[in-house]
Amino acid sequence: MSRHEPIGPQGLRQDGRRADQLRNINCKPSVLSQSDGSSYIEQGYTKCLAAVYGPRETRQKAQILHNKALITVEISLAPFSMSERKKRKKFDKRLLEIASAVKQTFEPIIMTNLFPRSQIDIFLQILQYDGGMTQICINAATLALIDAGIPMLEYVCACSAGIVEDTTILDLNNSEESLGIPELTVALLPQSQKVTLLQLETRLHVDKLESVTAMAIKGAKEVYKKLDKTSRDYIGDLLQKSNPT
Amino acid sequence: MNVQFLFPKPPPSIEEVKDADGDIDMLLKSQRQKFETKVVTPGEVIAKDTQYMRGHGTYLDENETHLASVAGVVERVNKLITVRPLNTRYTGNIGDLVIGRITEVSNKRWKVDINSRQDAVLLLSAIHLPGVQRRKTEADELQMRKFYSEGDLLVAEIQGSFQDGSSSLHTRSLKYGKLRNGSFLIVPPTLVQRTKSHFHRLDCGVDVTLGLNGYVWVSKPSSRVLNEMSEDDSEYIYSNENEPIGKDAREAIARVCNCINALSKSYMSITDTTISYAYEASLNFSVKEILKLESIELIANQTKQRLKA
Repeated sequence: MSRHEPIGPQGLRQDGRRADQLRNINCKPSVLSQSDGSSYIEQGYTKCLAAVYGPRETRQKAQILHNKALITVEISLAPFSMSERKKRKKFDKRLLEIASAVKQTFEPIIMTNLFPRSQIDIFLQILQYDGGMTQICINAATLALIDAGIPMLEYVCACSAGIVEDTTILDLNNSEESLGIPELTVALLPQSQKVTLLQLETRLHVDKLESVTAMAIKGAKEVYKKLDKTSRDYIGDLLQKSNPT
Repeated sequence: MNVQFLFPKPPPSIEEVKDADGDIDMLLKSQRQKFETKVVTPGEVIAKDTQYMRGHGTYLDENETHLASVAGVVERVNKLITVRPLNTRYTGNIGDLVIGRITEVSNKRWKVDINSRQDAVLLLSAIHLPGVQRRKTEADELQMRKFYSEGDLLVAEIQGSFQDGSSSLHTRSLKYGKLRNGSFLIVPPTLVQRTKSHFHRLDCGVDVTLGLNGYVWVSKPSSRVLNEMSEDDSEYIYSNENEPIGKDAREAIARVCNCINALSKSYMSITDTTISYAYEASLNFSVKEILKLESIELIANQTKQRLKA
């Protein structure tokens, strides 16, 4: 099997997954004590830590919105998160773009009208990077917002998919991304089946769009199951702790 | 006369209808509660019926279905459905006792951080001014930092709340006011329940003030008995000087702080009873050792056991 072949003769990908298989997801809510809500999530080798503060008093008076809460998103990439260690500028264009995509994804979902003149801060820290930055950021933020008890319409679950020749593949990792496979990221509202984010940065033939989107949506539903189970288990655990009888 | 003796009827089985105290309703109620403890997550359908009223943590979709907007436990009072999240910011209610920190001094008011979604306001007219009862003057306005300056901690009562979720405070009684001689800590607000009194003097000679907003103040009891009429005492309540605190008192304060931390880490409710149980359980350890995970677990378990007994 050639190193550059994304799918081998047995139909397995470089990391041993099938075409429609997600990477292992591992997640945990409430990992930080200082923040109002936090989460840690691993999708394969991509690892992300999210912290949510708020709703709290707006820091800058000029930014106050009088009818709803202000949401800010900040993403940072740890210097040790990639194979090459390099010092990053604080305002990396790429990170700012992803941050604004995450912000736009959550703005209609969080019930901001309940918190006029307040601010909700979402901080995302990528601890290890192996592809799928946007999706992991959205998933981590969802879990942290739920942990913070911030009202939102429903979960937002994100997943990416791509296409190699005629096979759609789910949840691309870094080596697959760097082969130039077109990657489509979808953020899904699993209950109402609405899509809040659809991101595609390369060219993709329009005939293929439908199958790739369907694949990403399928992946997002899997992510939803995992996130929902995690937060339910966590709540059950807390309930048991608070009344032991 | 034909007398017929009936077989004695067996009494209804005791386990089914009565608990240990012979209280029938309680058992049924607890069974019902156990049955009804329902955990929901955002977007989940709670009820499809339109007869219910929409409470906190829920919303209606276009089909008039009640959906949850937070993850938590469903609570139902008659027709009102609410979802109580297990971890959330504090929302001020009138009459609540809170502990806060001054963040800003502005025109005739202070802004106070009370762990809520908006900073609370404390009006100059809502504090106890030094001296015998009098109206506030312009001189008071100019020297507001003499009463409270940025970073000062205070205990206050919520006087009212506004549309946007912020609240106004008052410290008109001598029970309230600036905090000194102690240590401050933060616990999840849901762990502090409303009780008759939030000022507690523990047996170990430490005062604990439990703010409903999750801010807790552990201090050495004040040696002065305050009198509202005395000019001297009114000056004293705004002083920034700590009294001398001995080594034993410091250690007791630190121990109580660590015990409260241990309780909050194990998500147990924080009351004067649980604190004193945890304090007694912690006496086997040195103050520093209470921070370790194993000792937190031990202390929490012992406290739980005593609560059950």
